[in-house]
Amino acid sequence: MAIGQGVTRADGGAKVTGRAVYVDDLQPTGCLYGATVRSRHAHARVVSITRDPAFDWEGITLLTADDIPGKNCIFLMTEDQPALAPGVVRHVEEPIALVAAPTRELAARAARHVVVEYQQLTPVFDPRVAEGNDSVIFKPDNVFSRIRIDKGDPAAVTGGRLIEGFYQTGLHEQLYIECQGMLAIPREDGGLTLTGSLQCPYYITKAISKLLGSEYEEPGRINVVQACTGGGFGGKEEYPSIVAAHAALLAVHTGRPVKLIYKRDEDLRATTKRHPCEIGIRTRVDEDGRLLSFECDMLIDGGAYNTLTPVVLSRAVIHATGPYRCEHVRIQGRAVATHTPPNGAFRGFGAPQAHFAAERHMDRIARELGIDPVELRRRNLLRDGDISATGQEMIDVGAATVLDAALEAANASAPRALPDLPGGGLAVSRLAQGRGVSLVFHGCGFTGNGEAALKGRVALELVGKQLRILTGSTDIGQGTRTVFPQIVAEELGIDMALVVVVEPDTAEVPDSGPTVASRTAMVVGGVCQEAAKKLRDALQLEMGRQAPFSELLAERSSQVVLRVEHVYEDDGSLTWDPETYQGDAYPTYGWNCNVVDLSVDLETGAVLYNRLVTATDIGKALNPVLASGQIEGGALQGLGWATQEEVVLDPERRMRNDRLTNYIIPTSLDAPELKTILVEIPYKGGPFGAKGLGEIPLDGPAAAVAQAIEVATGAVLDTLPMTPERVLEALS
Amino acid sequence: MKLDFTLNGRTVQVDAPPAARLLDVLREAMGETGSKEGCGEGECGACTVLLDGRSVCSCLVPAIQAQGATCVTVEGLEASDGELHPVQKAFLKHGAAQCGICTPGFVVTAVELHRQGGTWTRASIREALAGNLCRCTGYQKIIDAVAEVLDARH
Repeated sequence: MAIGQGVTRADGGAKVTGRAVYVDDLQPTGCLYGATVRSRHAHARVVSITRDPAFDWEGITLLTADDIPGKNCIFLMTEDQPALAPGVVRHVEEPIALVAAPTRELAARAARHVVVEYQQLTPVFDPRVAEGNDSVIFKPDNVFSRIRIDKGDPAAVTGGRLIEGFYQTGLHEQLYIECQGMLAIPREDGGLTLTGSLQCPYYITKAISKLLGSEYEEPGRINVVQACTGGGFGGKEEYPSIVAAHAALLAVHTGRPVKLIYKRDEDLRATTKRHPCEIGIRTRVDEDGRLLSFECDMLIDGGAYNTLTPVVLSRAVIHATGPYRCEHVRIQGRAVATHTPPNGAFRGFGAPQAHFAAERHMDRIARELGIDPVELRRRNLLRDGDISATGQEMIDVGAATVLDAALEAANASAPRALPDLPGGGLAVSRLAQGRGVSLVFHGCGFTGNGEAALKGRVALELVGKQLRILTGSTDIGQGTRTVFPQIVAEELGIDMALVVVVEPDTAEVPDSGPTVASRTAMVVGGVCQEAAKKLRDALQLEMGRQAPFSELLAERSSQVVLRVEHVYEDDGSLTWDPETYQGDAYPTYGWNCNVVDLSVDLETGAVLYNRLVTATDIGKALNPVLASGQIEGGALQGLGWATQEEVVLDPERRMRNDRLTNYIIPTSLDAPELKTILVEIPYKGGPFGAKGLGEIPLDGPAAAVAQAIEVATGAVLDTLPMTPERVLEALS
Repeated sequence: MKLDFTLNGRTVQVDAPPAARLLDVLREAMGETGSKEGCGEGECGACTVLLDGRSVCSCLVPAIQAQGATCVTVEGLEASDGELHPVQKAFLKHGAAQCGICTPGFVVTAVELHRQGGTWTRASIREALAGNLCRCTGYQKIIDAVAEVLDARH
């Protein structure tokens, strides 16, 4: 049996011995190194780009927008983002020019000697004034997306008590430990191979399909290979398309391999982050705290280009009520353009912002009515048969189950006591302790009919006795290369050692859809399972008899490659209207409860974590070690977002704290002991009952922390991050 | 200048500018790419190697300091018969590696602790590993792995 076992990860041996090959480990002969010249200003006309005459330009290539052979565009949802700014820059650090040189150091030096003359224009930074502003960043009115969800008629609800709140969350950096990087190699057949650190190889082929001129538009001229990838968290969903575009332009121009690896400071300043969000919530509740009406206004700052912002807003508004039922709901969301670096995909994708606001609002209701916050949640949480804001009948709801499971585990043992905590010993007398609880849900897979439209594909090949899985889904640490073989081996009743996953190369693997949206194990894993069933049929046909797959495989002597392919099929049971936002928003949902015990240092405002218990319904733990590992990592990212990670901007909206010394992510000392409970309420559409789990662990910890701070000190914090400065301010 | 040192058990000579970073010498001149660069300023620990038995961030060490020294990287931890170091085995068993980019640094740091011996607790292990950053695991399974190898008391 492969499923349910903590099978050691397929790439584990390579990773613990240093043999795993990441993009910067590739050193092709004759390789040039690229560097990017970026805008110093948020909004300006580029008057001229010249070479500093005092610098030796021998052997150095300089490219600007004028040198782009094809269309100057990074194709994603829209075509608004150029590869290199064509005359006007719309955000600080926007790419303006590229250089290539024989060494990294020379490339970096040359980039500093490119002289850009600007004529500054007036930027728009405030998302509240961006909508309809005369300075048009995104046509026609600086709004990337507006979404409205209506259920019942909240305006007609007049009874009960009116409770209103306002919540804010800030920028948040993915901070994968491996910076962005791409290697472009011109092929002998005239094509181009891009190898890099990335989540979605097929995004890149599309993104740069018209960039390099018509000769590169033929299918197969560009192939994209995923190198071993040192973390993504969404940060390597769409951004690598830009790195790829730049490396490709330099490689095609020079005819040489070009490697473009970001340094940490550049990566922090230039790449996408989690969208800042402002959320106003207005509810009416009865005397027991039950929600009578729920109205929500959400404003997210997309930055200067569209990227995936409308989809982030979509997920945010659908999760706006939190996992609670209410008959009368109105949610309005807007995503606007500002002259700031574009925000983009980050684990949770809008849901963490929505959940922080919804959970803090539940705490506000509890506070105003004098009801215990956990009891208030129990009274309102979704149960089987309830109807969501989009009109979806909720089934297999795990809200109560995860709440009970997390509380039971948290009550079963005491958290690590102070002063055992690092830093705790010196401060016991000034520490205030508290416990906070949060409850969240997360839609698994693409929204609405997204999966049916996407049609993710997987191929299986039997080569001799070895079974090869061909998929565009990537392993970015979460374990795809281990879990897919588990699914296929289980379905076919064979030893996992017979199953391998082929390196993701668009020349070889079909498009399984992007590695995003908590969809890989649940959706693409399901496609793997169906493909395995087809392979069983195909082998029976080849061998001319019905018998277990393992038996036929043992007998197989043919060297002919037996290949099957399966495409995602919708069973037609889901309905979704993307215009009205009514229907089945997701095929299923994960459920998660966080119980955090913490201590607030009343003198410094610092939060010390004693323990975090999480219970998460993931349908089925295909591999409990990988599943709990992913949950623990996401949970700590959530704690980092809660209290430590703050992006500080300068007047041009450039990230000032662009180093690991001042953008502070949790270390092993900051991290509490994590107790992780896996709850299994099976989803019939997932492989062996599995649901998505990649994002949900990040959704809830911040709200639990805010509640715990309030319990410990009485301080009410409704803005993230809750840095020591903000905590102190709230205390005073 | 010519540098002579011992790298993963073999004597090597390499031509490098004295101020070159040891990390670059290892990765580019020696082709030992197991040590990774995550920040270039000694914050993340992904480039950790053992220099004369002590863990150092090789991005902060000038190559000249390797002159005459013994350097062990993640590539040099397996036994001569290819058997993994107990730390490496524990990382595999506990699922302590996810994306793997920080793993070489953690493994090397943990090997230093293993060689030091002594008495360890989970809290003291957390302190000893605080110079290495991981963004995937929440550290839980890394601490589990190292606690097992170091026979931590609680």
